[in-house]
Amino acid sequence: MNVVTNNKWIGQRTIRPDGMDKVTGRAQFAADTNMPGMIWGKVLRSPHAHARIKSINTAKAEALPGVKAVVTARDIVDFTIEKGAVMLGIQDMRWMCRNVMAREKALFPGHPVAAVAATSEAIAAEACKLIEVDYEVLPFVIEIEDAIKPDAPILHEFNKFEGKPSNIAGRLEHKKGDIAEGFKKADIVIERTFTTRPVHQGYIEPHACLISVTPDGKTTIWSSSQGQFMVRAMTSLLTGIPQSDIRAIPAEIGGGFGGKTIVYLEPLATILAKKSGRPVKMVMTREEVMRATGPTSGSKSTVKIGATRDGKIVAAHGTFYLQAGALPGSPIRGAAGCSFTPYDIPNLLSEGYDVCSNRSKVAAYRAPGAPIGAYAVECVLDEVAEALKMDPLDFRLKNAAREGVKAAHGPTFPRIGYIETLEAARQSDHYKAPLGKLPGKLQGRGVASGFWFNAGGESSAQVNITEDGNVVVTTGHPDIGGSRAGIANICAELLGIDYRRVSVIIGDTQTIGFSNLTGGSRVLFASSIVVTQSTEQIIKTLRERAAKIWEIDPEAVKWEDGAAHPVSPNAGQFPPLTLKDLAEKAPAMGGPIGAGVQLNTQGADGGFGTHICDVEVDVDLGIARVIRYTAVQDVGRAIHPGYVEGQLQGGVAQGIGWALNEEYIYTKEGKVDNPGFLDYRMPVCSDLPMIDCIMVEVPNPKHPQGVKGVGEVPLVPVMAAVANAIYNALGKRFYSLPMSPPKVLEVIDTPAPRQAAE
Amino acid sequence: MTELRYLAPNSLDEAIKAFVAAGSAGRILAGGTDLLVQMRAGVVKPGLIVDIKKISEMTTIEETADGGFRVGAAVSGMALHDHPRFGKVWPGVLEAVNLIGSKQVQGRASAGGNLCNGSPAGDSVPAMVAAGAIVTIQGPDGRRELPVEQVPAGPGRTNLKPGEIVVSFALPPRPKGSSDAYLRMIPRTEMDIAVVGLGVSLTLKDGVCTAARVGLGAVAPTVLLVESAARALIGSKLDDAALNAAAAACSAACRPIDDKRGTIAYRTKVAGVLLKRTTAIAAKRAEGN
Ligand SMILES: Cc1cc2nc3c(=O)[nH]c(=O)nc-3n(C[C@H](O)[C@H](O)[C@H](O)COP(=O)(O)OP(=O)(O)OC[C@H]3O[C@@H](n4cnc5c(N)ncnc54)[C@H](O)[C@@H]3O)c2cc1C
Repeated sequence: MNVVTNNKWIGQRTIRPDGMDKVTGRAQFAADTNMPGMIWGKVLRSPHAHARIKSINTAKAEALPGVKAVVTARDIVDFTIEKGAVMLGIQDMRWMCRNVMAREKALFPGHPVAAVAATSEAIAAEACKLIEVDYEVLPFVIEIEDAIKPDAPILHEFNKFEGKPSNIAGRLEHKKGDIAEGFKKADIVIERTFTTRPVHQGYIEPHACLISVTPDGKTTIWSSSQGQFMVRAMTSLLTGIPQSDIRAIPAEIGGGFGGKTIVYLEPLATILAKKSGRPVKMVMTREEVMRATGPTSGSKSTVKIGATRDGKIVAAHGTFYLQAGALPGSPIRGAAGCSFTPYDIPNLLSEGYDVCSNRSKVAAYRAPGAPIGAYAVECVLDEVAEALKMDPLDFRLKNAAREGVKAAHGPTFPRIGYIETLEAARQSDHYKAPLGKLPGKLQGRGVASGFWFNAGGESSAQVNITEDGNVVVTTGHPDIGGSRAGIANICAELLGIDYRRVSVIIGDTQTIGFSNLTGGSRVLFASSIVVTQSTEQIIKTLRERAAKIWEIDPEAVKWEDGAAHPVSPNAGQFPPLTLKDLAEKAPAMGGPIGAGVQLNTQGADGGFGTHICDVEVDVDLGIARVIRYTAVQDVGRAIHPGYVEGQLQGGVAQGIGWALNEEYIYTKEGKVDNPGFLDYRMPVCSDLPMIDCIMVEVPNPKHPQGVKGVGEVPLVPVMAAVANAIYNALGKRFYSLPMSPPKVLEVIDTPAPRQAAE
Repeated sequence: MTELRYLAPNSLDEAIKAFVAAGSAGRILAGGTDLLVQMRAGVVKPGLIVDIKKISEMTTIEETADGGFRVGAAVSGMALHDHPRFGKVWPGVLEAVNLIGSKQVQGRASAGGNLCNGSPAGDSVPAMVAAGAIVTIQGPDGRRELPVEQVPAGPGRTNLKPGEIVVSFALPPRPKGSSDAYLRMIPRTEMDIAVVGLGVSLTLKDGVCTAARVGLGAVAPTVLLVESAARALIGSKLDDAALNAAAAACSAACRPIDDKRGTIAYRTKVAGVLLKRTTAIAAKRAEGN
């Protein structure tokens, strides 16, 4: 482990800048903004899972007193299928324009078909009921197995797979060696099939926005998202208003987890505001959030792993089918690309299939696709280790990827920290502790590992020294995981001043340069590079100013502890000039002090984690509870350890929910039957033990502070760790999620025929 | 748009008068933890809300001369919790009421609201049924009394007549060696709705069960009084044979549905498991009384 100890602020649990506002209820979330003259927008949503829209008549709605504007797909820029893909990041605008408003067909219950703005929410809702939509109801399909059948109802006739109209919208594969040859060398081969249900990101803040469009077209958007620049770009593309006329102001965000990397309401509210001439506010209900945003994919995965008797994996084959929902774009890249990556496997084929079906379009969810793939792979690894009579951590250690190994998805690994996570897990108190025994309860322990790519990309920063000698840093990324606190630590460290003198704020689209989405665990990695370079420029300026005052060479001035000093007594004998001194003298010495840097940052390294989970199963009620959990992760360098632990704990909490209770349940009509937090069961505090974190620090050599992304890895291993622990407790394996009480009890009570090893 | 009026009268008579006058547009408000949620969701759209929390009879807990209790229908869970004696005599009823929601919900939610909301999964109802609570009801035609198990009529429906308000719950005096308990099965640990809820009240004399009542929730359109389970317990020393028979009786009484909250098979089995566990807790408590 490489723990840096000589820093003053990097690595400190400094007080978070948003903490006071959040605990006192002052933080301004998207729904907290109001404007004089504001009116309310509401969306009319399809009641059908699949229906052709023959006509829409809005006349009655428009005639209702209080109604100021109505929009339908006709008002939104059409990205036609024929013209081909128009990409914004990973999003194809052909799908986005059809997702924000149904065009030819309504593709899931909850799909927007029109929107109304009126002087009150109640009038807007009433007006929605007056809109007449003539639907031709079509047969629908939701589950993957049904959607890939030859005679399945087809969502998009234009989409062809192997020459025929199909719901399979895409396939990708990663390949290494020759699996047929590899499996021949195996002494033991285990192949299993797993399914997972769709799960929602579960952010507490529903989507919301307030939008004003002035008569000259100047548009201001207040909304909560994971990227104000994404909001601006998508709104621009879908409304035709140029980006220079759209100012997107990010609100404090009440959770996103990937689900706020696309827009739903902003284009509609913009057009409603433009048509009505009034500011328009839209706030989704929880039910709308559950029916029409996210969730991530349900999945069906088959994983086959072959190993030799001495514990070397010689071949592996994974096939991952993921639900895209109504429009193409499921995270098959994460499933196929991440699942086997912790291991050095000579012969590998990892395939992903993107499957459309009549449910809401998938949105990113923390390491999109990777937890789904890892669940299948890490459960099969557990079975292989058991068959080989090896400790599951030792088995992973024996096959662990390390520096120089080529990953099937492309890169050859630099120095990585996966092995360190396995060793730290093996040496942890948790792994050494015996399991307890209670009457009527069975305890078990499981482990699992996971990988996520992480990312770099575009970031901009402006660092300014205030006239009174303090610091304001502006970046362009919504802070969803502690980036403001991390940036303050880094900037204070570089300048040698107290972190409380550094204010970090998030600029809007017209005040800071382009900064890509908060996603891919990229933000602290990328923004600390531009902030570091900006701060270094400032330090250079400060040294030059001091040199000018002292009339010595700038090279003879060093910056230390928040002040300029002569490098040595030889350079001259001068009392230090502090940041405050130099700020005061700035007007006479060349003007304001500040610097901005914009970059497409490179050099992000992937992240690895290994988790240990203990469960206790009530064998009469089928309830499995996690009673102890340790997340070990290579975090590069923990700039703010409290926030890093928060990321690890948050990811684990979400994974435990996914493993044990969370799932989308559909009615016979294809509607979500549990669109609220009562029946969509995310864990509450009392469901979880304290989640212990072991932060392994293998710094990223390509980053000035050694930063690696940490926000997504912690969700990747969780479902497998829980599943393996439940197996260890019960001696029975589960091949589908969630492992909810009725399902667990059924497995306990019926001796299930076990899938046998070859 | 319909208008919403709010009234908070000081007397029951006034409340009933206004409630009757409003007809089907009227709604009683106790803690509001069901009603306000339903209004927000657009499920109910009342024209008049009659808040009963200013009526003292409905918000007081009284220990009667014979050692019984009279609990106002609008008494909050927290107020019941803070009563110095109630929880000692009726620990099962108290734990059932206190299971409702969270701390914040407890400051508002009432047993009256829980009963009148008509959910078969309401937590306090099986415990009240096991306790043999008698409900006092007042309406335009005066007062009447009903055993608590006769109030629910089906999911979301009660046997209250138009204009009637539940005033209070009367709990009988307790013979020596008596106690009660309530358990529910939920997938989470709190903030959840019972998949099965079960209340047991019993009296032990020299280790023999001399009286018992069993209330079972969330397994049928209404909360059930399971007399067959009680019969299996009465006269026994709560030995395995008696417990198995009572558990089987509870499973047999179930008329559940398969839904998003649990399967028929699961609920049926769990009813029996809970009978055994709840009886064990009640018996342990009774031994100390
Ligand atoms: C977050 C949350 C968690 C919850 N958890 C649980 C739980 O764990 N278990 C559970 O059982 N419930 C739960 N509930 C539901 C609710 O809290 C309970 O049913 C509660 O007991 C209702 O009481 P109240 O006083 O708030 O009722 P109100 O909402 O005031 O009334 C409920 C209904 O009964 C009628 N009513 C109320 N009092 C009377 C009366 N005296 N006479 C006639 N009609 C009347 C009202 O008109 C209304 O229709 C939860 C609710 C929330 C919001």
